[in-house]
Amino acid sequence: MNTRAQQEPLLVADDLQTHFELRQWGFIRTGTVRAVDGVRFTLDAGEAVAVVGESGCGKSSLARTLLGLNRPTGGDVRFAGQSLAELRGAAMKDYRARVGYVQQDPYGALPPFMDIRRALEEPLIVHGIGPRAERERRIDAALEEVGLTPAAEMRGKFPHQLSGGQQQRVVIARALLLRPKLIIADEPVSMLDASVRVEILDLLHRVQREHDIALIYITHDLSTVRHYAGRVMVMYAGRIVEQAPVDDLLAAPQHPYTEALLSALADPDPANARHMREIPAGEAPSLVTPPPGCRFHPRCPQAMAGVCETRDPPDFHPAPEHRAACWLREPE
Amino acid sequence: MAVTANPDSPLLEIEDLRMQYRTEQGPVNAVDGVNLEIRRNEALVVLGESGCGKSSLAKVLLRTLPRNAGRPSGQVRLDGRDVLALSEDRFRREVRWVRIALVMQAAMNALNPVVRVGEQVAEPLRIHRGWSRRAAMARAAEAFEEVGIAADFLQRYPHELSGGMRQRAVLAMALVTDPDLVILDEPTSALDVLTQASIMNVLKGIKRDRGTSFVLITHDVATSSELADRVALMYAGQVVEEAPAEAFFTAPAHPYSQMLMASVPRLRQEAAPVPIPGRPPSLQDPPAGCRFAARCPRRFERCADDPAVFHPDERHRVRCWLHDAGGTG
Ligand SMILES: Nc1ncnc2c1ncn2[C@@H]1O[C@H](COP(=O)(O)OP(=O)(O)OP(=O)(O)O)[C@@H](O)[C@H]1O
Ligand SMILES: Nc1ncnc2c1ncn2[C@@H]1O[C@H](COP(=O)(O)OP(=O)(O)OP(=O)(O)O)[C@@H](O)[C@H]1O
Ligand code: SF4
Ligand code: SF4
Ligand SMILES: [Mg+2]
Ligand SMILES: [Mg+2]
Repeated sequence: MNTRAQQEPLLVADDLQTHFELRQWGFIRTGTVRAVDGVRFTLDAGEAVAVVGESGCGKSSLARTLLGLNRPTGGDVRFAGQSLAELRGAAMKDYRARVGYVQQDPYGALPPFMDIRRALEEPLIVHGIGPRAERERRIDAALEEVGLTPAAEMRGKFPHQLSGGQQQRVVIARALLLRPKLIIADEPVSMLDASVRVEILDLLHRVQREHDIALIYITHDLSTVRHYAGRVMVMYAGRIVEQAPVDDLLAAPQHPYTEALLSALADPDPANARHMREIPAGEAPSLVTPPPGCRFHPRCPQAMAGVCETRDPPDFHPAPEHRAACWLREPE
Repeated sequence: MAVTANPDSPLLEIEDLRMQYRTEQGPVNAVDGVNLEIRRNEALVVLGESGCGKSSLAKVLLRTLPRNAGRPSGQVRLDGRDVLALSEDRFRREVRWVRIALVMQAAMNALNPVVRVGEQVAEPLRIHRGWSRRAAMARAAEAFEEVGIAADFLQRYPHELSGGMRQRAVLAMALVTDPDLVILDEPTSALDVLTQASIMNVLKGIKRDRGTSFVLITHDVATSSELADRVALMYAGQVVEEAPAEAFFTAPAHPYSQMLMASVPRLRQEAAPVPIPGRPPSLQDPPAGCRFAARCPRRFERCADDPAVFHPDERHRVRCWLHDAGGTG
């Protein structure tokens, strides 16, 4: 355990870029969506980080790039020291087996015509796990693990016979089958009723801890990060603008966007109804024509004329393990 | 507009309201004996898990029910007059849009894609009030301003607006006729935190400036506290607790309310949220006795009987036997 700090991180995103070409009629280029635009972070084995950001800021694009489903247009992803760009064929397949994916829409994640057993057996077959008895054993163990019991009964069900929460449990079971080192969960609970969200997050948290799996938990709901992640990365317009251990970020946010998110976010309290919340004006910018300089500057209450709209802020380190891309944090 | 002199007299009183859907598997008791009261300039939040009957309640109130809905029973009194008994024609002329407006769940995705949003926002005035196009558009422009959209957006089509703007536009549509009561069904659940918060600001402003009453339907407890004067928590077609916001958020009385509050993830609290085990019962064949009994850690013998409604405090009602303080009902 104590050697972890000196070890190579499990995952490194190095100035990662994923741009999408926008085309009309399939060939005329009409612009570029800078969905992921210079993302840098590292993730240690067994660590849980949350990626928080508003709709359209690039969270799913980042997830899919880390999974090797989008080819980065710049920069690099390294997993256990190896660049994804170098992975081909069997090596890429092996990478996919070591990274579980819980995708954003649980209702679209499971093939509707496959019963649960087949949906879970498929990845095992694809990755050459056998014999059949071994596959069955793993499927039952995974179903038990995610609380879909009795497994014998659940195996024969089809997705439409399950509630949203149960479907998401199946998706988590599938992500666990190949004993991954990392799970990327993209808004795993946002489509679910509030009452089942905590159950599913508890489940993810438990399996992550028990198997020492690293977790990237993507969400737009900052109020859920505290109990399910050790570190938070705040994303805005294709970039990570602040990252820090959860408690530091909550106690002393260093980026005005993070401050805005925190002040917009209420815990239930009757006093909330008695005053207006301070919210930066405007909406998240276009990723096709992002504002120059700091992308938050048109909405930032602390923007400094002549600086923020002209120069892109690099990451500053206002405290150990704390990074913020904001000119206010530039050392004197 | 007020008919009654006493500002504390209820604007809307709902008494023993019931409605069933007919299905091939039998009737679904979606609204099953609901009692509620909304006063002038008061915001009532209706909370509850998915499927507990929140949208059905809103649809009964506005008579926008689907074909397979049975005839509602009970009373809905607006300024003391039972509007449930009105003919459809009079209801349309005197109540819907005129006194009570509804922003339906997912309404922002139901805007007509080929009609400019300004026309759509002005439509209730033209149809329900017979205003000229010009006057209606002028009023729509004011409503846009009120909800925080620049008036030149009136000329745009829905797809040219962001989700937050479309939600503001449907809110403007509910406000153009200056109704006394606006019912909002999950108005912010598909939106970002910042957009959500700014829409809640808009609602607070309207409530303050216009004295409008609100029924806000949601399953998001934290957001609900941004507007609530009072909270009603529904479970399996019934209201299990109705309380002032102060009491509900700080010392809820019903075991389900207490568990719901403990299940909310909080940013500024050490304690981890605790999920509520189990699932709500079927509305086709609800269990006898207390409907929450199967999930209630405090269940005792009496819970086999349907709980009566008790009043632990002024304007505070709880449907749970634990609150039977010596038989006062
Ligand atoms: N394959 C693609 N081709 C073109 N544009 C894309 C593609 N995938 C995503 N985008 C665009 O990239 C931007 C970021 O999208 P992305 O889905 O990553 O955001 P997100 O943060 O996950 O949003 P949400 O919270 O709504 O899920 C959006 O403008 C989106 O339209
Ligand atoms: N047209 C219909 N026919 C039959 N049953 C229906 C119909 N509409 C709703 N229901 C059922 O009635 C019950 C209450 O539904 P309703 O939509 O009112 O719940 P809700 O509290 O608004 O849920 P949500 O939070 O998911 O919007 C549910 O069990 C639902 O399945
Ligand atoms: S760099 Fe400037 S505009 Fe950007 S967040 Fe910091 S102060 Fe605001
Ligand atoms: S009536 Fe009984 S079962 Fe129902 S909530 Fe009260 S204590 Fe629990
Ligand atoms: Mg996404
Ligand atoms: Mg509903």
